[in-house]
Amino acid sequence: MRTALGFAAAAIVFAVLAFAPFYLDAYGIGLMIGMTGYVTLASAWGLFSGRTGYVSLATVAFFGMGAYTVAVLNETLPYPVILLVAGAIGLLVAVVVGFSTLRLAGVYFVIFTFGLAELIRQLVTWFETTVTGTLGRYIFLPVGPEHIYWQLLVLCAATLFITWWVGRSRLGLALRVIADDEVVASHIGIDIARTKLALFSVSAVIITLVGAIQAPRWTYVEPAIVFNPTVSFLTLIMALLGGASRLWGPALGAIPLFLLFEWLSANFPDHYSILLGLLFIVIVFVLPRGVAGFAKDLTRRRPGGTPAAPKLDAAPLGTESREARS
Amino acid sequence: MLTTTLIAGLVLGGTYALVAMGLTIQYGIARTMNLAYGETIIAAAFAAYLVHNSLGISPILGLVLIAPAGFAFGWLVYRLLLRPLVRRSKGGAALEIDSILATFGLLFVIQGVMQVGFGGNYISYSYMNFGVDVLGASVAANRLLALVLALAIGGGLYLLLTHTRWGTALRAVAVAPASAPLVGIDADRAARFGFALGGALAACGGVVISMYQTFTASSGVIFTMKALIVVIMGGVGNLAGALSAGLILGLVETFVATYVSPGLTLAAVYLIFLAILLWRPSGLFGKARR
Repeated sequence: MRTALGFAAAAIVFAVLAFAPFYLDAYGIGLMIGMTGYVTLASAWGLFSGRTGYVSLATVAFFGMGAYTVAVLNETLPYPVILLVAGAIGLLVAVVVGFSTLRLAGVYFVIFTFGLAELIRQLVTWFETTVTGTLGRYIFLPVGPEHIYWQLLVLCAATLFITWWVGRSRLGLALRVIADDEVVASHIGIDIARTKLALFSVSAVIITLVGAIQAPRWTYVEPAIVFNPTVSFLTLIMALLGGASRLWGPALGAIPLFLLFEWLSANFPDHYSILLGLLFIVIVFVLPRGVAGFAKDLTRRRPGGTPAAPKLDAAPLGTESREARS
Repeated sequence: MLTTTLIAGLVLGGTYALVAMGLTIQYGIARTMNLAYGETIIAAAFAAYLVHNSLGISPILGLVLIAPAGFAFGWLVYRLLLRPLVRRSKGGAALEIDSILATFGLLFVIQGVMQVGFGGNYISYSYMNFGVDVLGASVAANRLLALVLALAIGGGLYLLLTHTRWGTALRAVAVAPASAPLVGIDADRAARFGFALGGALAACGGVVISMYQTFTASSGVIFTMKALIVVIMGGVGNLAGALSAGLILGLVETFVATYVSPGLTLAAVYLIFLAILLWRPSGLFGKARR
């Protein structure tokens, strides 16, 4: 009954949101696109990192790959096919990266993903300058802002549905055991690496698609624009602040923070990065038990609404770091 | 050609080793991952540029001012920003995420200040820019000086840490943080000092880099990343490991840039990093742990 009510409420919210472009001006639609984009990014980030405790800084690597795939293919393939190709590339990279790093301790994963965006940016730049000979591409697609918004809205709903579904599926159950005790999990036959890999891939494909869908907004794309590391960190702080392991947590963190960042960048364009940095520090300091502890407090207060065990706060990143793969 | 590449590789490797030694001290002793480390390096590079261009003081003398400034900065950052977080977490897991976020905020602040102060352009200055003949190859004097400085500072610190009483105390905290207080070592003080020492090394690295490389306000992230990779390659808290891993990384990067393509250096670095992570996760020189 609760589930049915929840679904009905979510359906009504998304239906109302779908009508937004008819009442908003161009700026309003742009704002809604950015907000839906970040809600989706933060939810997808929470889907993996919130449940496994692996802090991923690779968000912009996948986001940028999606956007750049659209930029490369926009004149040669039909739009839906481009999205499929982008998703496939995201999946491939996620499997390669996940396969090689997810068996390692959390801190190595943080560092690896920290540099992944830079690595992919340099590889794309190298490819463009030495093989194709052009750096920077134009995107001319007959996709209006309201279409971008609707696509993102669908992707956002899908992400939330997947998060909900993972929470009650076999995969979610496996994750809960892993979250409680990895040793026990491996002894009862759960393939830990594969479970994490599956979740990482799903999350990465969603993030890639967000980049691909938003790409037509830019019209001109070059690696330095789409691989902007700020995206990774905004996503991270949004998800953590809202509660990365809760179904609606990342969304609740993303909406106010997106509006705040938007306001900051509009009013203080020159000092945006200083203010952003100070805000990060303030957020860490005002939450007395840390950002992850804050999310845990929220979860405790509302025990009914959680799809999976809160993992980020319990993740012994620091304690694991020394042992690496045993 | 080969000699030139070799020397260029050693210069770069020496710089990486110097910079990574600072990070391995910070991460090994204070146990907080400092993502703003590269920004400290670049800030020192800008300071050297200012000292050289507006005051007319050579970067070598500038080092006398900038290194203590780096030390003071590191001390302040640990005292004001990180120690409250360490205290609060009481050894819990929240520290990892909090320190990542806090130092990332610091990264943005320092980067933003430099962006406002110097703009986004590439900056360099000309210091000792003449060729010196080394084994038949012509090498810029500033590069040689950079190598000598990196080796002198890094080597001196290595001797200091391995042959003095307080150096041993610092290393004790890095090896066994829980047991160090049992033998009368003030772990909190050691952490603060280690962090400050790392800041001083970052400042030295920045001055050395500014003598032979161009840099921008946003190039700190790359240095943080490479320093982290060197630290992990060498084993966390392992000075000799950082030294050799830094040299290896610099040599590989230069050889790839010369003989393959300058655009693929980072890919090569990452490949090595990945191979080491999978083959020896505790680092090339780290002891295997159960």
